[in-house]
Amino acid sequence: MPGSQIDRGGNAVPPPPDALIRFEQVAKTYSTRDGAGVSALSGIDLSVTAGSVLGVIGRSGAGKSSLIRLINGLERPSAGRVSVGDAEVSSLDERALRRMRRGIGMIFQHFNLLSSRTAFGNIALPLEIEGRGKAAIRARVEELLALTGLEEQRDRYPAELSGGQKQRVGIARALATGPSVLLSDEATSALDPETTRSILALLRRINRELGLTIVLITHEMSVIRAVADRVAVLEAGRIVEQGDVFEVFTRPQAEMTRTLLAGEMGLTLPAALRAGIETRPIAGGRAVLRIAFRGPHANDPIVARLARETGIEANILSGTVDEIAGQPFGSLTVGLPAGPDVVGRARAFLDAHGLVSDLLGYLPAHSAEDRRVA
Amino acid sequence: MSPEMIRLLLQATGDTLSMVAVAAALGTLFGLPLGVFLATSRRGELLAAPWLNGVLGLVVNATRSTPFIILVVAIIPFTRLIAGTSIGMWAATVPLTVAATPFIARLVEAAIREVDAGLVEAARAFGAGPLTIIRKVLIPEALPGILLGLTLAVVSLLGYSAMVGAVGGGGLGDLGIRYGYQRFRPEMMLAVVVVLIVLVQAVQTIGERLAARLNRRIRRA
Repeated sequence: MPGSQIDRGGNAVPPPPDALIRFEQVAKTYSTRDGAGVSALSGIDLSVTAGSVLGVIGRSGAGKSSLIRLINGLERPSAGRVSVGDAEVSSLDERALRRMRRGIGMIFQHFNLLSSRTAFGNIALPLEIEGRGKAAIRARVEELLALTGLEEQRDRYPAELSGGQKQRVGIARALATGPSVLLSDEATSALDPETTRSILALLRRINRELGLTIVLITHEMSVIRAVADRVAVLEAGRIVEQGDVFEVFTRPQAEMTRTLLAGEMGLTLPAALRAGIETRPIAGGRAVLRIAFRGPHANDPIVARLARETGIEANILSGTVDEIAGQPFGSLTVGLPAGPDVVGRARAFLDAHGLVSDLLGYLPAHSAEDRRVA
Repeated sequence: MSPEMIRLLLQATGDTLSMVAVAAALGTLFGLPLGVFLATSRRGELLAAPWLNGVLGLVVNATRSTPFIILVVAIIPFTRLIAGTSIGMWAATVPLTVAATPFIARLVEAAIREVDAGLVEAARAFGAGPLTIIRKVLIPEALPGILLGLTLAVVSLLGYSAMVGAVGGGGLGDLGIRYGYQRFRPEMMLAVVVVLIVLVQAVQTIGERLAARLNRRIRRA
């Protein structure tokens, strides 16, 4: 249904009125030699609210690069409409498209800085393209160097800069013409974790201070978690899930989301434990249950309550408490003793307390006992 | 060597340098835009014109596959049209330029195609049109490669210029053949070869230094 989005339950919802960027039933097919064509994206309905950060996540080949390039018209949709503000990108001619692109900045995984220009020269490029005067360019570039903390690197060439500094130049260049939208194409994928953090913090700051709407694509959940307000999960050219970051992280619906989240959320169990888990019930063995604590429940003494109120004594196998999109989130994996309907009763208790639980499998009795002793 | 021979050698060196310099300058004037067009008019590129690209490519290849000495003779009518005569040093710069242009065009094309496609995409994302991208991105980024290509072209032109003696073009090659070979003056032949070696060495060194100076891709302390 054009003009609508599918929510996580599969129901159509109208796009929010303040959406700055809108995809309506967008498809992108690349022609191939044999004329068959390869579908990169299909049935994309997506909207991005002004001033928000949307993260699009997916494996390589999921269609992320095509999706982000549809926004500034570097790619044209094969079907559907893409609009930014009042302009329908997909119907603009080349000249109008060029003018529109000046209002949309873009940063890249491999920075794409001109090796023949200094940091200053690179940041000046979009301003030169726009045809601004020398003095105006100079003033604006100095301002951007200060914003991105690059005053010292002003006259250095990209070859003399670190990865993080190069991306800062990339960000300053993208902001040069004062765009209202910033597109980030895997901007931190070539950086180490420490540098990634500082670049993501800079993006977040730009989003807050300049009110810039950001669309970023990544294959790392940690990036989404650090900067995004909303997330869309892309698999084989389709959006399989989208919603608020906290919602999606703590209640993932799609299998792909779960796979991408594994490892990120402390959801991976210690290797020795994982190896011991079996899917069928084991006589006298323990059931392994993962409990997700969200928001207000994150600090509840739930294991003690479970024992007191139901008599089920759970032992803790692993657990983490963390913060996602500014809200506390905990994950606790426990072993439940053998007994009639212990799992059913424990889950009913957890449900009653608003906690989501997953049955991961079963452990033989001795290994669970060993673990408790240890 | 007699003072007379030294005078001849200097005269020939000057002639060779003049012919090569003029041909290289004109070859660059025509070859640079042609090379840029060859690189950017391929299918899916900035100035996509695959059909024209194919035709120009064919002409360039045809010129390049014609042996230079045959080219010199074959285009005599054209040379006469341009230079007013088909004999002498200035007339010889016409076939030299005709040979240098497609050669330089191919070298420029190769250098431009080496430029990371990501830079072109970035410039497009900032709203740059094709001509701006060529002027502000492709040529500056390809400049070190273009300079190395020009060095190679000048060295080749030094070799070609030895053949223009066939149309009375003079220069070092002509001197070497007429005095060194036909008049049995091996010392003249040797002197000509030495001067050519020195010239090639000088051109190569200067070209490489300039290219290295312009190449900012490498970190310098």
